[in-house]
Amino acid sequence: MPERWPRFLRAAAIVAIALALAILPFVVGTQGNAWVRIIDFALLYVMLALGLNIVVGYAGLLDLGYIAFYAVGAYLYALLASPHLTDNFEFIQTLFPDGLHHSIWLILPLGAGLAALFGIALGAPTLRLRGDYLAIVTLGFGEIVRIFLNNLNAPLNVTNGPQGIGNIEPIRLGGINLGRTQTWSGFEIPSVYLYYYLFLAIAIAIIVLTVRLQDSRLGRAWMAIREDELAAQSMGINTRDVKLLAFALGASFGGVAGALFAAFQGFVSPESFNLMESVVIVSMVVLGGMGHVPGVILGALLLAGLPEALRHVAGPIQQGLFGHELIAPEALRMLLFGTAMVVVMLYRPQGLWPAPSTGRRMHGVPPGGQAPRSPR
Amino acid sequence: MSATVPFGPRAESRQPAALLTLASVSKRFGGLQALSGVSLSIERGHVHGLIGPNGAGKTTLFNLITGLYAPDEGRFELDGASYLPAAAHQIAQAGIARTFQNIRLFGAMTALENVMVGRHVRTGCGAWAAMLRTPSQRREEAAIRVQARRLLDEVGLERLADVPARTLSYGDQRRLEIARALATEPRLLALDEPAAGMNATEKRALRELLLRIQSGGVTLLLIEHDVKLVMDVCNRVSVLDHGRLIAEGEPHAIRRDPMVIEAYLGAGHA
Repeated sequence: MPERWPRFLRAAAIVAIALALAILPFVVGTQGNAWVRIIDFALLYVMLALGLNIVVGYAGLLDLGYIAFYAVGAYLYALLASPHLTDNFEFIQTLFPDGLHHSIWLILPLGAGLAALFGIALGAPTLRLRGDYLAIVTLGFGEIVRIFLNNLNAPLNVTNGPQGIGNIEPIRLGGINLGRTQTWSGFEIPSVYLYYYLFLAIAIAIIVLTVRLQDSRLGRAWMAIREDELAAQSMGINTRDVKLLAFALGASFGGVAGALFAAFQGFVSPESFNLMESVVIVSMVVLGGMGHVPGVILGALLLAGLPEALRHVAGPIQQGLFGHELIAPEALRMLLFGTAMVVVMLYRPQGLWPAPSTGRRMHGVPPGGQAPRSPR
Repeated sequence: MSATVPFGPRAESRQPAALLTLASVSKRFGGLQALSGVSLSIERGHVHGLIGPNGAGKTTLFNLITGLYAPDEGRFELDGASYLPAAAHQIAQAGIARTFQNIRLFGAMTALENVMVGRHVRTGCGAWAAMLRTPSQRREEAAIRVQARRLLDEVGLERLADVPARTLSYGDQRRLEIARALATEPRLLALDEPAAGMNATEKRALRELLLRIQSGGVTLLLIEHDVKLVMDVCNRVSVLDHGRLIAEGEPHAIRRDPMVIEAYLGAGHA
């Protein structure tokens, strides 16, 4: 929000946005709960894109395996809040005779922490790599995690392999089961609406955290490394530690999003965490505007929402035009997705909504105006 | 510009007169002996010039002192304590800051942010403090901002604080690098051709700036091709040629040294 706006205008804008976000599911929901569900997923992608933005946007480290951290969070929730482990391991059955029903408030920090450890595990061996080389290693890392999940059903059935884990419990918040339609004095709120509010709250929290990180000593160190690693070292920045922190923090946000995803879906399987998903999240960051939080959010909403909307719209339109479906919506989705990426890279390489002045915001200089020069 | 100096040495110790001592430092790149047996002593509070023709090994010596290269042999002592130039960030921590011959600013960041990065090594708030915006973190941020603005003021870039570094003019970029290096509170500031690309007015301002930094208690090591600037500001000058130290002394004496004249100023001056 522009800082030159008067205070009351900014306050009014914030109230208006808050109101709009509060009633959004009820407006969209008139067209069916499927649309609210799409928004829920879009919010998960916002969290993922913001997490990846720390690594790619701030620190300039291209990570093509980011979905692995999402998978770590998702499987952690799935294992800690489903009958899978108690069904397969007798000692866990005896330890938890009533089954595993861990609270989301325990699993979220655990998921963030475990994902952060995975982030460090990825970051530590790749400290000396940059650009394409780093991208290849991270891509491999993402695939390794997915293949592990796919094959860890023997000799011990930990992940249930390609069949995935089902019967995952929905989130309970203070006695409210988000998985069920809640009725308050005759007013019905479906499950997808409840998840919407939870995801919105967590997404806003992540936005606040990433903005705070950006405007901090650590954020500046990340950007310094992105701009010139050698100069950053010469300024006394321990590039090893600072890069590992970027990997760990970025991964932890991915882990949180993954845990929420597992609870929301009620089912996880390795195919949700394939390379294409990593590519989509990188695309959100790049398309929106690397390093610029509003841009990244826009990119996430666009790439998560538009293809889903297309899937609901393209079929009927084709039916109307040709009498039958010419191109499967799924194929059309990837086609448009690819086209959009090519067009953006050609005409707006900094993304749809890059930070002002290409680098960061500017204070005191009118938009489009000339910067004041020092007198000679 | 004010005459007061906002940057100064941390706890000036009274021990040895030499701040930095190099003993028989050598460095080889494949078949090229870039430096052979260079011994050098930089006195506390001096502006020490390092001159020599292109390819003499000046920048290599800089990169060794600041930890960007590892030496093949040689000993390094800062303030009486020997150090191993292993990691550049530890050397900045120890109190040696530098600028680069081919300017290396953080281009997309503003001038102010560049100087704020320089404060990194003297501040300590981490990820938790940043995410929680603790009171101590806010205080530290405010202090970093104030100190960075003061340094920009000192080098005459206060009006360009919010301009991305890459859009600054050449001379402004050089001065911004100096401000960024000073933000690390160095005991020794190593400047690699700070006057390159500056016009006469800018050079005069640079000369005054260097003398002001010196009077603030910072020792300076200066690589420079501008002979007039070197003669004006340096207390002592060392001359490198083909990786060897061929002369050392006061500027006016160096100017008359026949070996230096032949190697550096050209045989025609003799």
